[in-house]
Amino acid sequence: MEKTKINITDEIAIHISDMNKWFGNFHVLRDINLEVRSGERIVVCGPSGSGKSTLIRCINRLEEHQKGSIIVDGTELTTDLKNIDKIRSEVGMVFQHFNLFPHLTTLENCTLAPMWVRETPEKEATEIAMEMLEKVKIPEQAHKYPGQLSGGQQQRVAIARSLCMKPRIMLFDEVTSALDPEMIKEVLDTMIQLAEEGMTMICVTHEMGFARQVADRVIFMDDGQIVEQNEPEEFFKNPKSDRTKLFLSQILGH
Amino acid sequence: MTKIAFVREKEIPPSAPPITEVGIIGWLSQNLFSSWLNSILTVLSVYFIVIMLWDFIPWAYGGHWNTKSLRECLDLDPDVACFSVLAARWKQLLFGLYPSEEYWRPTLTFIFLLLAAVPILFPKFFRFFWFSIIYPGLAVWLLWGGSFWSISIVYIGLTVGTLLFLSLIRRYLKNYIIAAILAFFFTAVFFLFIYNPLVVLLNGILPISLPFVESLKMGGFTLSLIVGVTGIVASFPIGILLALGRQSNLPVIKMICVGFIEFIRGVPLITLLFVASVLLNYFLPPGTNFDIVLRVVIMVTLFSAAYMAEVIRGGLAGLPLGQHEASASLGLTYWQSQRLIIMPQALKISIPGIVNTFIGLFKDTTLVSIISLRDPVGLASTIRADQKWNGIYWELYVAIGLMFFIFCWGMSQYSQYLERKLKTDK
Ligand SMILES: Nc1ncnc2c1ncn2[C@@H]1O[C@H](COP(=O)(O)OP(=O)(O)OP(=O)(O)O)[C@@H](O)[C@H]1O
Ligand SMILES: [Mg+2]
Repeated sequence: MEKTKINITDEIAIHISDMNKWFGNFHVLRDINLEVRSGERIVVCGPSGSGKSTLIRCINRLEEHQKGSIIVDGTELTTDLKNIDKIRSEVGMVFQHFNLFPHLTTLENCTLAPMWVRETPEKEATEIAMEMLEKVKIPEQAHKYPGQLSGGQQQRVAIARSLCMKPRIMLFDEVTSALDPEMIKEVLDTMIQLAEEGMTMICVTHEMGFARQVADRVIFMDDGQIVEQNEPEEFFKNPKSDRTKLFLSQILGH
Repeated sequence: MTKIAFVREKEIPPSAPPITEVGIIGWLSQNLFSSWLNSILTVLSVYFIVIMLWDFIPWAYGGHWNTKSLRECLDLDPDVACFSVLAARWKQLLFGLYPSEEYWRPTLTFIFLLLAAVPILFPKFFRFFWFSIIYPGLAVWLLWGGSFWSISIVYIGLTVGTLLFLSLIRRYLKNYIIAAILAFFFTAVFFLFIYNPLVVLLNGILPISLPFVESLKMGGFTLSLIVGVTGIVASFPIGILLALGRQSNLPVIKMICVGFIEFIRGVPLITLLFVASVLLNYFLPPGTNFDIVLRVVIMVTLFSAAYMAEVIRGGLAGLPLGQHEASASLGLTYWQSQRLIIMPQALKISIPGIVNTFIGLFKDTTLVSIISLRDPVGLASTIRADQKWNGIYWELYVAIGLMFFIFCWGMSQYSQYLERKLKTDK
């Protein structure tokens, strides 16, 4: 399939410079420099424990960085709660374990944040929610509770829930790795569709097929550092560092 | 090539299950006689139930209701119950020393209590929630009497304060704490400067009032309900706040909450009640009249709020971290996510513990008899001190126990209903 690059603009969506983070004494992220342009689709990969999740969780302040700066959509992440709330309402996040709200129906999961954070009237919020549920192809599940859905369906609801906030950036943290193989495809298809619509996306994933198909850039992390980044074709064909080669041989080997 | 020897053309109709699987016999054999051990236990239990009821039923069924004293009962038939004490003293057991011509007031308060509980317990009737809101004021006025206006103006003041708070956070500020402080300030001004003149004015225009009944006259089951219901209703929100405070990132708030919870839980309720009845008078300026029932209610509330906080903390700990992260990542503020995401789930997990605390609190109200308030247990001693009924035990305590049982059993049934209703995973 031909990739559409027309969506990428010159506008900077995320600007991370010299960012460092520690958990206690443990230096998880070291001197991270990353610039993401609006409309760009980035895949982050790397061995377990390399800090991929921590990196993208810093972008919406689920984790706090200690050094350097993160600027999202022109707003810098500081301890200022106003900035944090603003950034969070513009950055959607989908988690490995869905984290749907089990006491609310699918529809309520989707309308809650628009109604309370954006103060969208209920009727309009419901319309947006149904539109998004249609986009992820499960409008018929609107009145069920998350516990009554399959894993793949739950993850698609989680994507729809984020989309209802009309985010400018979406973060995906290994969203397919808790799913059974037959459900992975339906979730990946949803993500591919989003990518084609020009959403700015950062996806932590080990689905290399997905990376090949949609990513504009693949970033390889190890030991809390960005070791290598390149266009997918180059990245897979001619990995430069030994660590990348080792990682790719392990992950593509079987 | 395969040769098909036989093809069934008609489906075999389903046959009825064997007799051992259905009906009473099936149920018995599956549940009561499924194994040797099970059968022996069944037989033993039946035996114990029978010997207990063997004596109790004739004792209760043949009981006297119309005698004038215990002596008379014993003369008639010493082997059966003497319920005459209940017939003679039931009014006291229900109302304490409340003036008998005003019995309609606690009765009406009780009926209104049931009505006010409906919108809270069954969301279907939520449109009547306004009644639950005005009920506390109505109940206070009905029970204690006095001027109607002095209580309704309190309500008007509080309503204005609440509306002020809501409109402040809606329009101008996202910050709950500043809004709360401002609203509190204006409400305080209202009560300090406007309240009294307004009450005097309205009393002059249209005096509506009931004869005043003092707190020491409250007694019997009325008192148990006043203390129990107020304690239950008030300790719930306080418990939630304490549980949240205990998890707070702000060290001062956390320390206050932990200190409070640990202190209250470490002290017997009886001690707190003694403090309420005796010690407080030493600390308060002489001449202050701090109502004894109010003091007791405050102590009982604080006591059960501490337990409530721990029960709810258990529920909070049972929630996966992902719920906090998901609601934060959607941009919900701390209070929004507590209210919409965290608390509904934490409270649902804690229902059994919460109801347990409520039931415990309700039964603990009988401890007020020790500081000589006249709850049913306290009254039982008074009644037995009367020489007519001297020596009576069972009949009184069975009746009191039964009254408490009905309420506690009701709470337990409701909690089971709620748990079934809130189940969303099937
Ligand atoms: N809250 C925390 N406190 C302390 N250490 C943490 C915490 N969260 C993560 N870590 C550590 O930080 C390192 C990076 O974690 P992170 O979750 O970012 O890795 P990851 O690359 O996403 O790994 P995986 O592929 O397994 O998800 C790990 O060594 C992990 O043990
Ligand atoms: Mg991870």
